Amino acid sequence: MKARQKRLAFVGLAILGVGAASALALTALKGNISYFFSPSQVAANEAPPDHVFRLGGLVTEGTIQRQEDGLTVHFDVTDNAETVKVAYTGILPDLFSEGSGVVARGRLGSDGVFYADEVLAKHDEEYMPPEVASTLKTAHAEGVADAAAGSGAPN
Amino acid sequence: MALNWFKFASPASFYPIAGRLVPVFWVLTLALLAVGLYWGFFQTADQLGGSNPQKEYYRIIFIHVPTAWMSMWLYMILVGWAAIGLVFNTRLSFMMANAVAPTGAIFTFLALWTGAFWGRPSWGTYWDWDPRLTSELALFFLYIGYIALHSAIDDTRRADRASALLAIVGLIMVPVIFWSINCPDPNQCAALHQRSNLMRIEGNILFSMLIMTLAFWMYSFATTFMRLRSIILTREAESAWVQDILTKEARA
Repeated sequence: MKARQKRLAFVGLAILGVGAASALALTALKGNISYFFSPSQVAANEAPPDHVFRLGGLVTEGTIQRQEDGLTVHFDVTDNAETVKVAYTGILPDLFSEGSGVVARGRLGSDGVFYADEVLAKHDEEYMPPEVASTLKTAHAEGVADAAAGSGAPN
Repeated sequence: MALNWFKFASPASFYPIAGRLVPVFWVLTLALLAVGLYWGFFQTADQLGGSNPQKEYYRIIFIHVPTAWMSMWLYMILVGWAAIGLVFNTRLSFMMANAVAPTGAIFTFLALWTGAFWGRPSWGTYWDWDPRLTSELALFFLYIGYIALHSAIDDTRRADRASALLAIVGLIMVPVIFWSINCPDPNQCAALHQRSNLMRIEGNILFSMLIMTLAFWMYSFATTFMRLRSIILTREAESAWVQDILTKEARA
């Protein structure tokens, strides 16, 4: 083997090795990444009881309650299976709203309420002007209604 | 007639070519920037709707996403030149890798910086140790590490080879950054950063995002070639053709 071919093989192996390492790292991350815990995991006592952790999920519709001091907010976070009550005192981000994604950092109190020190809003990857988004939504909603009607008809 | 590519691989013949290309890339950069920024500011909606009701501040996307793309793309270019240099022992490839690195580092920094400014109004925080943000920060340290390692070794040929190896090992970050939010099962990758899907972006927003990406790409060519020319002059300072150029410029 010529020197150049040896070096080519060496660099090729190095890149293959890096590829294999990143594949391994990604599969390991898949199982272990716990950026936040879902309400189901909290209900199953998988979240650490005495430590600060992050709770992620959707704000349940109609559960946002502001206290009289104007700063303390109570709301429920759900993953559509389980629900965790959250209490937070502070300023909420612009995108915080009912039904949207949220990541709260804090501790679980002994009363089962999650006392958050920080509440962050999540948003999705859809970048549409309001009028386009609303037409999409109605089309989608109508599509769902049609499908429901269609499946209901044969009975 | 076959084109002899190795002719261009010599620093002496690529130096004048790069010199002629630099102004072309600057003109392209400015033209594309003008179009991209105009479109981004005046031909797109003032605010978003639907499930992502962001206000004016969403326009940071026109800088943020192109810089983030360029940060990953330029790292792959850097590794490509480093690998070619290791295999073929070509001087110009290592110089190319060297010239790309600072531009890549700048784009990585800009992606993190604009991300912080965007994260504050939308998410509610400048920074969070989310998988996407953390892996992008690691990419920034890799660029810095590559530049630092290269400048820490006095012998240029040894510096080239050592830093090229570091760059290749660091390639691991690019797929990690990509899949940190785009893993097949959305429930597996819990993150603050949203996933990415070009199909769910409105046409005008997507257009100015892509034009800005092209502009930053042309900017990368322009600055890389400018840096490459000065690297060539420094490294080949002893050779006859560089001496010729220097005496000519001194006389002019």
